[in-house]
Amino acid sequence: MQVKGIAHVYGDDIDTDRIIPGKYTKTLNVQDMAAHVLEDLDPEFRSRVKVGDILVGGNNFGCGSSREQAPLALKAAGVSVVIAKSFARIFYRNAINIGLPLIEIPNHKIQNQEEISVELETGRVNNLTANNEYFGAKMPEVMIQILNSGGLAAYLKENKSYTL
Amino acid sequence: MNMGQTVAEKILSRHSGRDVFAGDLTIVDVDGVMASDTTAPLTIRAFQDMGGEKVWDSSKVTFVIDHASPPPNELIANLHALMREFANEQNIKLYDVGEGICHQLMIEKKHVKPGELILGADSHTCTYGALGAFSTGVGSTDLAGVLLTGKTWLKVPESIKIELSGTLSEGISAKDLILYLVGQLGIDGANYKSIEFTGEAIEQLTLDSRMTIANMAIEMGAKAGLVSTIGLSLDYPFETIEPDLDAVYDLVYQFDVSKLEPQISIPHSPDEVRNISEVIGVPIQQAFLGSCTNGRLVDLHEAAAILKGKKIHSEVRMLIAPASKDVFLQALKDGTVEDLTEAGATFLTSGCGPCVGTHLGVPGNNETVISSSNRNFRGRMGNRNSNVYLASPAVVAYSALLGKIADPRFVLEEEVVCR
Repeated sequence: MQVKGIAHVYGDDIDTDRIIPGKYTKTLNVQDMAAHVLEDLDPEFRSRVKVGDILVGGNNFGCGSSREQAPLALKAAGVSVVIAKSFARIFYRNAINIGLPLIEIPNHKIQNQEEISVELETGRVNNLTANNEYFGAKMPEVMIQILNSGGLAAYLKENKSYTL
Repeated sequence: MNMGQTVAEKILSRHSGRDVFAGDLTIVDVDGVMASDTTAPLTIRAFQDMGGEKVWDSSKVTFVIDHASPPPNELIANLHALMREFANEQNIKLYDVGEGICHQLMIEKKHVKPGELILGADSHTCTYGALGAFSTGVGSTDLAGVLLTGKTWLKVPESIKIELSGTLSEGISAKDLILYLVGQLGIDGANYKSIEFTGEAIEQLTLDSRMTIANMAIEMGAKAGLVSTIGLSLDYPFETIEPDLDAVYDLVYQFDVSKLEPQISIPHSPDEVRNISEVIGVPIQQAFLGSCTNGRLVDLHEAAAILKGKKIHSEVRMLIAPASKDVFLQALKDGTVEDLTEAGATFLTSGCGPCVGTHLGVPGNNETVISSSNRNFRGRMGNRNSNVYLASPAVVAYSALLGKIADPRFVLEEEVVCR
């Protein structure tokens, strides 16, 4: 699957409190979560982001709390994929588990508002504005299967157990 | 070929039914799981989406209502009701409003034991490393996967060993020590890795102090923070799991803790750690004593030792949320609650309270908070336009007394002079 969108670039150590503040996590409605996504980092993000856009971070994206509301809010706001130099551990699992693709590229130099296209199967990332390409780190097979199922709930509904 | 194993590799091997080493992917049997009111509602929904009907073993599941407790609005009240309904149907143990903070209850009520593998839908689940359990935080859907199967998949982490020599000085606590380590390793200094805390400085610590240490392993990104169980005293027999002499470590750090001074994490990240001498005198408007890091009886005692018979500064609100109802009851019986209340502090419901920024003490614009909790990311306490400093209970109490960040070792010196 290929996605194409505009990059919204932020720095290192974007924590889950800034992705979605704790006070907005107590809901099952993902649109309520999306309404406050990245609010404490960039209050304008919510109004700027278009469906299919790509969120780009530096090192340790998603550190802090285990709240799955963080990737849920990003996905519900229309973010199609998150690219970062590295991801915090719990966020990485959570995003894949709810069907939000992530691509880890330690040396990316993607700039704000550049147009990016991503081939999810291969992890190939094309920067259409800067005219260069990157290849993301390969995910473990079990994570690829979970992502292909659309998330862990669908994966376990189908398979009943994990296969490595 | 026999290779030496770290503590993490040993525990994960036992739960995999085969020998596993750093980098291996493995499917493990889980001994217990926990979810709070922030994460359990999504867990329940994911469990149902998986086609789940009965949880794999209801005796191994614990729910705790602590993050927004008692509920500040009807939406959250209804999420609490959803948790109670599911817990009733499934015969799951649920700790309701006021019983305490999930991590405190898991250890206090013996839902976790040394050597076990526990998953919790809360990042501070790593706290149970205090008694040598491999425990780690996961999201709601991962937890639902365990409810369905009793298992999960994991990548066996590389290990970092932190050897701590020396003895903490008078007035210096485990909180100062772990803040120092977070400052040294950084917010992602142990990302994906397991930390082993060892050495004579660790062996002298009580369970409460070990919980403070393990609790903040996640502030370095760690998957688990395993405190050596040498010197640990529990009221039941347990096996000490030690690493093999030829175990392989990714990194080994050695620190002497003897000369450590009180440590402060300044806004807006837990790893922005300074010696207290660099931030002394910063005016504060709120002081918070509590959280899964430092809301235990020993922490309340530390504060009471400083505040008994005195009045906190007139421009400071001091809020205290005991880590559990049992902690509160003990503090009530031994006079600590009275001492702190007379000094001007306000007691809140046992639970996460102001730490997570939902209610019970959101700071105003431009206000500064000194807190015994674990995170000071921007907006953490509910207002992006406030500043949060993290410190030990003694620093929190002495700063509340003076209305500005203050070094509690001075109060100790004063008392020596008076005698």
